[in-house]
Order: sequence, then C-alpha cells, then structure tokens
Amino acid sequence: MKPGHGEVVLTEGDPAVREDEERLVAEFRHQLDEGMWAAVPTTQAASGRRQAQMVRDYADIPADAERVIFFPRAAGG
Amino acid sequence: MLLALLALALVAAVLLAPTIARAARQLNERRVRAQAHRRARLARTEFADPGRERRAEQRARELLRSCVNDEEWSMYRDLGFIRVYGRLAARRPVFQDAISATEQPEPPAPDAAPQYAYLIYPHKPIVAYVPQTRRLLSEYCVEFPDLTGAISQTRLPDSDDVLAKWMALTGDERRLIRNANMHLPGRQVDPGRVRRDLWRLAEWERQRRGSDSVEARRR
Repeated sequence: MKPGHGEVVLTEGDPAVREDEERLVAEFRHQLDEGMWAAVPTTQAASGRRQAQMVRDYADIPADAERVIFFPRAAGG
Repeated sequence: MLLALLALALVAAVLLAPTIARAARQLNERRVRAQAHRRARLARTEFADPGRERRAEQRARELLRSCVNDEEWSMYRDLGFIRVYGRLAARRPVFQDAISATEQPEPPAPDAAPQYAYLIYPHKPIVAYVPQTRRLLSEYCVEFPDLTGAISQTRLPDSDDVLAKWMALTGDERRLIRNANMHLPGRQVDPGRVRRDLWRLAEWERQRRGSDSVEARRR
C-alpha cells in the first residue's frame, strides 16, 4: 500500500524458482528497511475466519501464502 | 618578472578562495531549492488528478474485500466501519501502561464471550468498547504515514487505512496498541456518533442474522 496510490505490485514470482526467490527476498528486505510492516492474509483452518499474520522475516512467510502486503508502520496519530 | 606574476596569481587565488567557495555554496543551495520546488510542483500535479484518488480507492476496496471476512466486508460496505473483537485479556488493551512488551497475549477460550471490541473507521481513531454494555473504553489514535516521501501530503486511501488497521489488529494487536496514542473516548470521535454506530451495527446484525446476532442476544 502506498499513500496516495493505493495498491502497487512490487514484484511477483515463484518462491520455488531460485532466481524468483532471490528477487522476492531482496524486495522483502528492501521494504522492511524502508520501515514498512509486512502482513500475510491467512484463514484459520478450524473456524475459517480470516485474519492477518505479521511477518518480520522472509522465512516467517507461510509456504502457501499468495501475497505479502506491505504497509507503512503505525505511528501515534 | 615571471616569478612576480606567479606570486601575484597565487595571492589573488588565496584572496578569491572564500568568494569562490561562497559562490559555489550558493549555487549548490539554489540547485537544492530548485529540486525541492520541482518535487513540490510534481506532487501538486499528481494531487490535482481527481481520478487518481478514485482509482486508488477502488483498488483499495478490492484489496480490502479480498482480505477480510465476508461479514466484515459487508459491514464496511453498509455501515462504513469494521468491528474487530479484541483477543487479549480483558483489561489489557484499555490500560496501555500495564502492557509489558515481553508479555505474551492470552487469547480467550474459543467459546468465551469477547470482552471488548474495536471499531475501525477510515482515517479516524480506533474506538474500543465493551460489546455487552456498549460502554466506550478508549480511542487509539494511529496513522500510517508515508515514510519514503519525506514531507508528503498524501495518505492511504480510506479502504487501505481500514485494511492496515485490520491487519495490524488481527496480526499483532499488542504492537498496534503500543504504537497508538491512547485517549479517553470523545477526543476525536464523537461518542454520540459511536453509540449511533453501535446501534446501527446491532440493527444490521439483527436484520442479517435475525436472533443469531451475538450482541442482540446479550442485550
């Protein structure tokens, strides 16, 4: 999410492909270095409820995640 | 003669050095100002595009819809806000000072009644309240500023702001609350409006699910 623009696709690829994964990791780190927060929308297996999982490391991203959403970190308003 | 000319040139160079340095500094400052002016003009041009914000909001709504639960999406579409139940122990999000950074959340038992909930409005503080009594607990002022754009006037589209709050609350409630500024109810959001919204929510749920509404049953 980018202020003033909304959703912007940063990069996409198949994590199983080495080159793609390197690009995904690089972009993930870049976004976190920029101060963004990262979250993955998930669905609870038991209840079917949707929620978000905050991720701080590329390795934390669930294997079946289709996307990671970056948004500016929260600050007191 | 040549030696005298060289000496003269050297003296002249030494005398002119501060002037040259000052001129170079002024030139550099002028260049930086011109760049800032160009950036500001560009930002104004972008802001002047009336369709851009509408398109951004449209994309944001689609993204929000794809992430939240169907009931939450319908709530946002129909009422303009989303309710999220708190998942920490009852009193903790209300009294921020009592929250320890190292403490782990204590999720309530799956069948336990939610002790508190939040109303998420776009670009307004998150309002915490007690579902059973509709008592307002506090406002959590939080925003998601553009860190990359320095002094940017832009902000997230409404639906992105709601989604960011939703993700932060459902993903790491404790961290969001820790980053927010907590105030008593009524500082920025009119308590009367919130009570009306809670009534609207109860009616909306009653119509949607009849007597199955959680809050309707508890009244």
